[in-house]
Amino acid sequence: MASIWRYLLAGLGLAALLVGILAVVFLTAPRSSLPAGPDVSRTKNTANALFVASFAPERGVVRQGELQSWLLTLKTKAGVPVEGAAIAISGGMPLHSHGLPTSPQATDYLGDGRYRIEGVKFTMSGWWQVHFAISATAGSDTVLFNVVL
Amino acid sequence: MRWLSRFLALMVAVVLAGCGKPDFSDAEKKTIASLALSALPPLKPDTTNRFADVPAAAALGSTLFFDQGMSRDGTVSCSTCHKIDRQFQDDLPQAVGVGHTNRRTMPLAGVARDPWFFWDGRRDSLWAQALTPLENPLEQAGNRTAYAHYIKARFGERYERIFGPLPDLSTVPANASPLGTDAEKAAWNAMPDDEAEDVNRVFANIGKAIAAFERSIEPAQTRFDRFALDLATGAETKGDAVFSREEILGLKLFIGKANCVTCHEGPRFTDSGFHNTGVPPVADLPPDRGRIDAVRQVDADPFNCFGAFRDGAAAACGELRFMVRDAPELVRAYKTPSLRGAATRPPYMHAGQFSSLDEVVAHYAKAVPSVEGTSEVHPLELSDRERAALVVFLKTLSE
Repeated sequence: MASIWRYLLAGLGLAALLVGILAVVFLTAPRSSLPAGPDVSRTKNTANALFVASFAPERGVVRQGELQSWLLTLKTKAGVPVEGAAIAISGGMPLHSHGLPTSPQATDYLGDGRYRIEGVKFTMSGWWQVHFAISATAGSDTVLFNVVL
Repeated sequence: MRWLSRFLALMVAVVLAGCGKPDFSDAEKKTIASLALSALPPLKPDTTNRFADVPAAAALGSTLFFDQGMSRDGTVSCSTCHKIDRQFQDDLPQAVGVGHTNRRTMPLAGVARDPWFFWDGRRDSLWAQALTPLENPLEQAGNRTAYAHYIKARFGERYERIFGPLPDLSTVPANASPLGTDAEKAAWNAMPDDEAEDVNRVFANIGKAIAAFERSIEPAQTRFDRFALDLATGAETKGDAVFSREEILGLKLFIGKANCVTCHEGPRFTDSGFHNTGVPPVADLPPDRGRIDAVRQVDADPFNCFGAFRDGAAAACGELRFMVRDAPELVRAYKTPSLRGAATRPPYMHAGQFSSLDEVVAHYAKAVPSVEGTSEVHPLELSDRERAALVVFLKTLSE
């Protein structure tokens, strides 16, 4: 009789161990294997590598649902500030088939290749794209920034 | 034998306890916290209305809001459609003032936080919005000079204590407006510019007083907020803050697979933007193209942020300045409504197209194409149980 109980106990022990291992595996595994997101770097070469562009919120933080000023900094590959550029801005949410909720504009040149982009507003969380068409004496080029909130 | 049964009982208890507690990922917890009323920031000052936070202005605004004298035939006030005991809406598919309008009355909780007003955003401030129904022939149907005379006769002393001296109206026609009947328009056009300006100033101040009152109408705490607060603080949920399994499923769908939170985001459950979601038009109503037609109206409004009646600096006019004026997605785009209190105020959508939340959820799952423009909604596989769970969750925003 005693040996049956021993086997039963051993069986229960093994079952508990299995449950424990499974629990560890499932609780520590990532919840979903998301595909790699879009490139969200704030500094990149323009499409034809004419300029190096940086795009960042003027006050450092992105606030969802608020009108904000961002800075677009344009330099040549040699690091010379690009002055007197004409900048057209477009964009939207590629997964929601809509554009930007506002029409941001380059409103001021702050020197050192920095342009103030006013009227930027991201109303929802998710993947946004902001596209710049840049025209300067060195030539015309475009650049696309991804912003993920 | 006894230890074995105790051991099994303990295992069962552990498993049951594990099931009873809602299990949310860190990302889900973050989203839930962002929707809670506790995440609502304090109401910002409205620098375009220097009377926005003046108590006497709010008091006069409240009087005007409920005053049926503020209409052509003395039968309609703001509160006719914005009923105080009905979340400041009227339960009708389309509002009925002096005539039958083509749009659903919007509730007012948190309205002062909106950047745009009406379903299509054809006004850019709360005070400019308040003026519009006053002269709409289907709503209060009055005219600008009649309102100025009425304010002077009825509330002159209260008005002057807030806004300063009323202008001399002795030569101002009894009925005149740039938006009225042909006779009223002719009378308006015959007025000297400074007289028209004086009347416009009184009219703008009516809107500013009503806006000051409306700023006090804010969303109230709900069962969802109590649940979210306990989840955020790690406190044990008690009483009505405990969510059923179905409510938890609905919440998870809302912030997950069903993508509701994409537009219904933040503590007001709205992104304050405009979207074409393929909501069908109502037969027999005039053509309605939503936001695309509102852009021209707000640009033309003399009481908009760029107009002469704004207080404060033009820096406050960012929304109007950087407004999208021409884009295909503005066609049949309407404002995302808040979902707080929505479960107890059918019918739904900009012209009351759907009579229940089940119909709304079915519409978004099916994602029918828009009659004009392109719907942003994509079809969604939702089981009957999941649809029901979404509706059950939405009810927690009304309890």
